[in-house]
Amino acid sequence: MLVREIVNYSSYWRASAFSSTVEPTLYLLAFGFGFGSLVSTIGGYDYVEFVGTGTVATAVLFSSAFPAMFGTYVKYAFQRTYDAILAAPVDTEELVSAESLWMSMRAGVYGCVPLVVAMFFGLDPAWGMLTVPGIAFISGFGWANFGIAVAGFSKSIDNFSYIVSAVLTPLFLVAGTFFPLDGLPQVIQILGELNPLHHCVELVRGAAFGFDGWTDVLRVAYLVGFGLLMWRIAIYAMTRKLID
Amino acid sequence: MSADLAIRLRGAIKRYGEITAVAGLDLDVPTATCVGLLGPNGAGKSTTMRMLTGQSIPDEGEVEVLGYRLPGESKQARAELGVAPQLDNLDVTLTVEQNLLVFSHLYRIGRHDRRAAIERALEMAKLADRRDTRVDKLSGGMRRRLLIARALVHRPRLVLLDEPTVGLDPQVRQELWALIDALRADGTTILMSTHYIEEAQRLSDTVLIMSHGKAVAAGSPAALVAEHAGREAVEVYGPPAKLVEVEASASELGLRTRRTGTSVSVLGVEGVDGRAPEGERRPANLEDVFVLLTGEQID
Repeated sequence: MLVREIVNYSSYWRASAFSSTVEPTLYLLAFGFGFGSLVSTIGGYDYVEFVGTGTVATAVLFSSAFPAMFGTYVKYAFQRTYDAILAAPVDTEELVSAESLWMSMRAGVYGCVPLVVAMFFGLDPAWGMLTVPGIAFISGFGWANFGIAVAGFSKSIDNFSYIVSAVLTPLFLVAGTFFPLDGLPQVIQILGELNPLHHCVELVRGAAFGFDGWTDVLRVAYLVGFGLLMWRIAIYAMTRKLID
Repeated sequence: MSADLAIRLRGAIKRYGEITAVAGLDLDVPTATCVGLLGPNGAGKSTTMRMLTGQSIPDEGEVEVLGYRLPGESKQARAELGVAPQLDNLDVTLTVEQNLLVFSHLYRIGRHDRRAAIERALEMAKLADRRDTRVDKLSGGMRRRLLIARALVHRPRLVLLDEPTVGLDPQVRQELWALIDALRADGTTILMSTHYIEEAQRLSDTVLIMSHGKAVAAGSPAALVAEHAGREAVEVYGPPAKLVEVEASASELGLRTRRTGTSVSVLGVEGVDGRAPEGERRPANLEDVFVLLTGEQID
């Protein structure tokens, strides 16, 4: 109830959405056509279809983790916006939840864009795809909270480059987005299983080409768990930062 | 006791590492009065304000706002109080009206009352004709008016104003003073922090002088002057050497003095006619009290 009021409020923040959708689409087009001419199928799927479903996860990541990190930090450091909100009867918990829920909703929408683009290039629509916004939302919730937590723990915006290069980029590469994980060394494959992005990717593939029964249920559970854990960490981090 | 106090602080202490920002502060703000927290920068005024909104948790001491104990019940307290901070934290990409709309949501103003509340706030701040202007296009004075209007949108019983007119032109300051005066007349309790003596003197029923995290005196402006500075003073201008001379002869007579950079004021001269130094006679004022008690120079 309370959170909804705040989410409502968040919607006033006209976030510019374009980079979150354009970038993954560019990746998709470039890899799709670039590699697509070299590689016709991967694991039985057309490369375009493979990449199209994979880049949903990237769109989710870009529309949640990045705005969460940078947006949160900027609001905190430069605009003191949070100060104003906390002077009203709003708790840090509500504030963080509202921010991440809003970003997750956006992720839910933007995540569908690569799919739509891929459909223009031959990806067959399937009923399962209706679950994609939901998958994107759950993943986005986790990543948004992750981003907020990073912003909460960081003393300066420079720290973010470490997170981007040391955490997000590897995760992004080892997610099965552009190439399957099977060919990679065992160690990397195990890391891949821990990567929430990987599960998001697999779920979206499932949505497009058929779900994998219990494995996919486990994946959803993993993403939900990731989301909830990150949520609590984000609240902890921001409370520490905002209340002294 | 607690019922007539909008704010009650006892022995509040707040440390940030090595620095003790608030060092044992007692503060009473009775309902429907305006209390001015007067102190130089670094006296601990803003930290005190943050303790009242629950954004800073004191290391020791009791904080009670509107009968609610903080920090446990801070949310309930915040629902009934309005805060206009020192630093601008308006949403710059939104318009005037949108900023008020957002806060009307945050303060849980019901759907039916929201429109009226926003209109009232716009009226009070005289920003009704600027309702669709984006905040980053407003002048400093207008933004400050909006900050205050935003704090009043839910008709709070208590308003905290942190340096409400700092950095504004005299004209705009007068307007804001009129606004604050109107609030007082309306029966709203106000706690205002400032380092402008004139502001404290004009608007407050009671002034609490703060220095180094503690209250050094409290009372109505007139009472403070009578108690600490006497009735009359003589202000002497001149080169530094002369000022030192004046100070020396004044202390021989047992009179206190204080500096303002370019002059020395000898206080309590009402009793020493004839032996008082040559200079401008004037009534003692709050500034004298302030400098005497805090040892600060006025800029």
